[in-house]
Amino acid sequence: MTELLRVSGLAKYYGSQIGCADISFDLYPGEVLGIVGESGSGKTTLLRSLAGQLTPDAGSAHLTLRSGEVRDTIAMDEADRRHLARTDWAYVHQNARDGLRMSISAGGNIGERLMAVGNRHYGNIRETATKWLERVEIDPTRIDDRPSTFSGGMQQRLQIARNLVTAPRLVFMDEPTGGLDVSVQARLLDLLRGLVAELGLAVIIVTHDLAVVRMLADRMMVMRRGHVVEAGLADQVLDDPSHEYTQLLVSSVLQV
Amino acid sequence: MLAISNLDKSFHLFQQNNTHISVLRGAELHVEGGECVALTGPSGCGKSSLMRMIYGNYRAAGGAIMIDGTDMVTASPREIMALRRTTIGYVSQFLRVLPRIPTLRVVAEPFIRAGGDGAEAESRARDLLARLHIPETLWSLSPLTFSGGEQQRVNIARGFVHPYPVLLLDEPTASLDAANRATVLQLIVEAKQRGAALVGIFHDAEVRDAVADRVIDVSQFAEAGQ
Repeated sequence: MTELLRVSGLAKYYGSQIGCADISFDLYPGEVLGIVGESGSGKTTLLRSLAGQLTPDAGSAHLTLRSGEVRDTIAMDEADRRHLARTDWAYVHQNARDGLRMSISAGGNIGERLMAVGNRHYGNIRETATKWLERVEIDPTRIDDRPSTFSGGMQQRLQIARNLVTAPRLVFMDEPTGGLDVSVQARLLDLLRGLVAELGLAVIIVTHDLAVVRMLADRMMVMRRGHVVEAGLADQVLDDPSHEYTQLLVSSVLQV
Repeated sequence: MLAISNLDKSFHLFQQNNTHISVLRGAELHVEGGECVALTGPSGCGKSSLMRMIYGNYRAAGGAIMIDGTDMVTASPREIMALRRTTIGYVSQFLRVLPRIPTLRVVAEPFIRAGGDGAEAESRARDLLARLHIPETLWSLSPLTFSGGEQQRVNIARGFVHPYPVLLLDEPTASLDAANRATVLQLIVEAKQRGAALVGIFHDAEVRDAVADRVIDVSQFAEAGQ
């Protein structure tokens, strides 16, 4: 199996400040990579640089396309990158409102992404939207309701449906469980884990919650001040952390 | 099947006054297929650390752990993940699963992840849960709602559902009643008969005598460091 993504020497600066630097890693289909670190550690900068939302100052990110062709998504032109964002990539925001269109119906939110990749048949789009609502555990009779009438957990599940409906291969997630109640988080994690396994998605998930990494990620990277200080198997880094900062992070988690 | 040579393990605890703890030095262990080796020694001598290193959960400071041609000490995360799917099983003392997933699925999952057929996975899971006396009325519920003893048996069922060539058992019979202990003993005997290499920690001497072909005192590898 060939890697889906190969990142090498990626860096992003804000003036003289380091956003993130010297970032290199591989990601294979079906793998979930967790990126942890405190606020300001550069994890979201890295995610947004990889997803084409920020322009990195150095480095490359080679993506293996469906056709087998390998392209550097940082060097490619903006139109190609926008096409990727509609097809092979998906981006799940921390705040569902940033990833949804609040003024159109739940079904419209899912259908919009299908139409963006060329689907035109209204009946088919509505049928697919209905299936996806069920899949993310939203009552399909709510298909014509606006997401503003949904709870926070439902909005987040709708955002996931909107993102996954076009069968992306690489999903970026920025704190997808942040701001949700603990009981709602567990349900969302369970749902995500099922979808990741079933669809064979590769996922890069940024979080400050080590429990999310424990439950979802195969591998993890720990970031501090823009640099990766430790990386490896998720359970190995959590249970036998070797870097001073990782030990501090792991020992700071309250046991319940 | 499993060959450990010159294995070192130490911990450097930055948060606790930079303490350096040497746990194992020059540990050696060879386990053939069809053999069960019991690890013994006083609490804190490194039995669990050794097991965790074999599973790739702890990192070794030096030495080699060869399993099926792969050295767990230097293997990449991907290689370790692949070995865990198909080759090394680990029955820990605690069940760690996501909430909401029914017991039958929790038990069947490792067989499916190893590439097995879904229907066969379910029939194997049913068989194991019945042998371990988990009432069928509970199979559709999450094991997180179960008693400690029931969770332990779910964990055992999960560990035996796929025929791993190497199986690690951390106190598999602790707090089990006589009937369930007999089932676990039988499962271990069956695993040996199909050629699995087993490494276990058994505090129950009766169980240890019944299943272990050899006993290794892990504290012999600790002396050099203490």
